[in-house]
Amino acid sequence: MAAAPESAGSKGFLGWIDQRFPLTALWRSQVSEYYAPKNFNFWYYFGSLALLVLVNQLVTGIFLAMNYKPGSTEAFASVEYIMRDVSWGWLIRYMHSTGASAFFVVVYLHMFRALLYGSHRKPRELLWIFGCLIFLVLMAEGFMGYVLPWGNMSFWGAQVITSLFGSLPVIGGSLLEWIRGDYVIADATLNRFFALHVAALPLALIFLVIAHLMALHEVGSNNPDGIDIHDHEDEHGHPLDGVPFHPYYTVKDLVGVMFFLVIFAGIIFFAPTFGGLFLEGPNFEPANPLQTPPHIAPVWYFTPFYAMLRAVPSFWGTQVWGVLVMGASIVILFFVPWLDRSPVRSIRYRGPIYKIMLAIFVLSFITLGLCGLKPPAGIYPMLAKICTVLYFAFFLLMPWYSRFDSVKPVPERVTSHD
Amino acid sequence: MSDERVDRGPHSVLKAAAATAAETMIPVDDVHAVDHSRRRLLTAATAGIGAVGVVFAAVPFIASWEPSVRARALGAPVTVDASKLEDGQMLKVVWRGQPVFVVRRSKAVVDAIGNHNDMLADPNSDASEQPAYIKASGPVRARNPEYWVGLAVCTHLGCSPLGAFEPNDAFQVAGTDLGANWPGGFYCPCHGSKYDISGRVFKSMPAPKNLTVPPYAFSSDARVVIGEDEAPKST
Repeated sequence: MAAAPESAGSKGFLGWIDQRFPLTALWRSQVSEYYAPKNFNFWYYFGSLALLVLVNQLVTGIFLAMNYKPGSTEAFASVEYIMRDVSWGWLIRYMHSTGASAFFVVVYLHMFRALLYGSHRKPRELLWIFGCLIFLVLMAEGFMGYVLPWGNMSFWGAQVITSLFGSLPVIGGSLLEWIRGDYVIADATLNRFFALHVAALPLALIFLVIAHLMALHEVGSNNPDGIDIHDHEDEHGHPLDGVPFHPYYTVKDLVGVMFFLVIFAGIIFFAPTFGGLFLEGPNFEPANPLQTPPHIAPVWYFTPFYAMLRAVPSFWGTQVWGVLVMGASIVILFFVPWLDRSPVRSIRYRGPIYKIMLAIFVLSFITLGLCGLKPPAGIYPMLAKICTVLYFAFFLLMPWYSRFDSVKPVPERVTSHD
Repeated sequence: MSDERVDRGPHSVLKAAAATAAETMIPVDDVHAVDHSRRRLLTAATAGIGAVGVVFAAVPFIASWEPSVRARALGAPVTVDASKLEDGQMLKVVWRGQPVFVVRRSKAVVDAIGNHNDMLADPNSDASEQPAYIKASGPVRARNPEYWVGLAVCTHLGCSPLGAFEPNDAFQVAGTDLGANWPGGFYCPCHGSKYDISGRVFKSMPAPKNLTVPPYAFSSDARVVIGEDEAPKST
């Protein structure tokens, strides 16, 4: 019960708080005396940017909810009302819709960083799993958010995605009605998606982000060399290759924030639909249950997974296989810390096989994304099939190629910024 | 901060009792003795009862996601007058919020339906959702061969197929060439599934089943009641 020693010196208002809440202690342990490796490079911007985008989504989302009406007869008109009549409503909505795509951009790059430098490896498995859960919740959040404007693509997108559950054997039909709350996508569906999108999922997201950060600060940040900076500490027990997060990385991340906001604002002001990628054309007309858009494509960040769904043909009288493959493509991410058997973490000290496999993985993921945007005709179905196999090969063959790949000697200390 | 605080914790009474016990030469361990197996059993029983309570408490919340009474009431049968349809024309009506096709077919089209059974994935609708009287009707898949009735919901992922009834060597629909030997039928623009004019899916399509046929009946020659197996005859 003894008060934290550092608060003993605090005087005045801060001292009053510190005797009742560990404010200074938290600030020191988590920020100003949290030692992060000093060799963070470009790839380490995306964690803090994801946090920035989360705040953007929360703030703009709260203000959108003040004018949006979650009913099938009012939703589309209320979004038009926000765009046309609410002061600055257009800006708040475009910040939210562009923020959704930005979220996935920074999260995909953040995940790629982990694959580059082995940030998921022991002891950071749980950190990685929290991250995968964040990605999962983010996908649900993105999907339900896309349904809310109740445009025609909202409606038909919801139709396709909820149907995935209907393909499950035995329980499929009743599960589908349970999810939709009606025999089809209807007012009840929209209303519950709104509740999930603005309350349940953001709460889950915030909880998971806190858990992600707590796990990070428990085990310490990885770095581009993939070595443990606590192996070499000074007489105060601070890592020789570490610098306090504040001010060093708060200032560095501010530079990243600045560049990010330039691009973000540019898209909001000059290309908010981003050529139909961020906001699709058919969504500018109201939901019409009798008129399927000529081509249904999800928003760009789902297209790699959508392409995998389509790549698997139906057999034995059911199309559940595509759904299972798509689900497996996400679930397999959770196992990466155990699939990777390389003696080193960072790609800098791995051999050529991992580099080639990672390059193939990235190319096949991007190609799948393109296939998912295109109608299933011409070369795209075959391309999607090949890339689906390559996507899974990266993970399923990892226990072998990561072990047998050659490695370079890992340095004792970080290699740059001495 | 001071070490001279009075201990007012929850165990202070127990400790005081222990101190007294020590004075009367009763071993302290006896006072502190805890029957751990009894405590584990009680903890497990309490947790178990609590879990059962959580399950029961969850029922209303889970059940609240089912279609409401209003939604179920709106699922009542729909009557369609198809008498104004010409051959090769199609009517789309809404039943239970789902689009339903009513297609009028000429005698020539009806006679040719059975000719391409070998190109179909499920020619007899064995694996498809159709009422028994539809499955028994042969390739026409209809109570009256002149009118085909079925859900306009692709069995792949629920898109609405387009009518492409013209048999043609290079028929174009939604930018896709349906190819030579297209016998006429439905084409789903989402993922390219093709069905014949009785809603039967062709082989190697994303869609696994034929188009679903809802229960329906004719209340007169061209009045279709969708949503009921038997309809009272009317004029």
